[in-house]
Amino acid sequence: MDIRQSRFGGAIVLLPVGRIDHATSEDFRAQLEIIVASAAGEALIFDLTRVEYISSAGLRCFMLASKQAKMHGSPMAVAGLQPVVKEIFEISRFTLVFEVFPTVRDAIATVAPGALSAYDGR
Amino acid sequence: MRVRFWGTRGSIPVALTAAEIRRKVEHALLAAVDHGVCTREQVRPFLEKQLDFSVSHTYGGHSPCVELDAGGREITICDLGSGSRPLGHHILSRTAGHPPTINVFMSHVHWDHIMGFPFFAPAYVPGTTIRIHGCHDVLEHAFRLQQSRPCFPVDFSRLAAHIEFVRLQPGVTAEIDGFHVTPMLQRHTGDSYGYRFENGGKTVVYSTDSEHKLDDSAETQSFVDFFRDADMIIFDAMYSFADAVSVKEDWGHSSNIVGVELAQMAGAKRLCLFHHEPAFDDERIAAVLRETVRFEELTRTSQRLEVFATYDGQEIEV
Repeated sequence: MDIRQSRFGGAIVLLPVGRIDHATSEDFRAQLEIIVASAAGEALIFDLTRVEYISSAGLRCFMLASKQAKMHGSPMAVAGLQPVVKEIFEISRFTLVFEVFPTVRDAIATVAPGALSAYDGR
Repeated sequence: MRVRFWGTRGSIPVALTAAEIRRKVEHALLAAVDHGVCTREQVRPFLEKQLDFSVSHTYGGHSPCVELDAGGREITICDLGSGSRPLGHHILSRTAGHPPTINVFMSHVHWDHIMGFPFFAPAYVPGTTIRIHGCHDVLEHAFRLQQSRPCFPVDFSRLAAHIEFVRLQPGVTAEIDGFHVTPMLQRHTGDSYGYRFENGGKTVVYSTDSEHKLDDSAETQSFVDFFRDADMIIFDAMYSFADAVSVKEDWGHSSNIVGVELAQMAGAKRLCLFHHEPAFDDERIAAVLRETVRFEELTRTSQRLEVFATYDGQEIEV
């Protein structure tokens, strides 16, 4: 599972690529654990524009990352959900648990406004 | 094989309130006006084809009790929640004068799964044999405790039926009245057991009060194997997936999402959402069903999995 990372001021934008399912979720979870631990209070924005599918095992990774991020004081949000992934978030009620935004910029503007100028000037 | 659902609600029985019935009637009458229903002959087709199930019916409120009828000589039941009270009367009416032998398979002995037994009429009929099967060592104790002072006026010892408790072993298949029955240990406070019933080439799996953690691929695979090629899986879908992995983690229940995924991996034909959340009204359960059907469409890779939300009084031919 490839997760690309970009830093903009106090925000880390994470771009997973591909399917987050039972086959890839353990690798995804392990990578997230390291990323969240090193975030040290920086906001974590998941750019899901390149995630085509997510299973329950993948959703659970987000829940675990969210719990860990809270412990580290890192706000977390997801953005750019593709239609199928968006529906899965809605049906699983993850939209009630996570802050979901149409775009990464919208997410940064809300959860890490101090990083917006860095993001806009990228 | 015919499956009859006598109780489909989880945790505690619920009943429709006067206000909820009034709302249903109002909704139905307004819909009838909108559809131009103006003759007696139009009423039944309107009810059956136009009106949402959640308006014209109710999912019911009895706690778990399911009957499996494969045409055997004896009667087969899963759990003795409050739904076993109407089932008991039904058994009396269809076996009048010929006290039956009844085989019960207990998922576990939490109250919502045993509370119907003090009101299970065949237990009071001499000549009836009731064999209560399960894997818990506290099985008999729980039934006797429930029917003892000060909880209930009729002590267990005064029941007229011949009652036996039969200990089953997880993973070991027993042959009972034509059924091959295999129990499986499930994750639930105090443990619960699912049952795989095979009879005449048909398979029904009863798997309620079971939490699936998803972090153990071997455990996931063991349930996929348990559900393998089932004609019907009766599945604990009490919570949303988000609740099941957050605020209600370790509460011992599962979700519609996990039900669909496991059933798809197992190549099952039907998934029955069961053990409905008592806080949900009919509209909410109907919405969960619609979303689950949609989720199945989104995630389908091969054959279609048929999804139902079970209701009290429902009969499904497998």
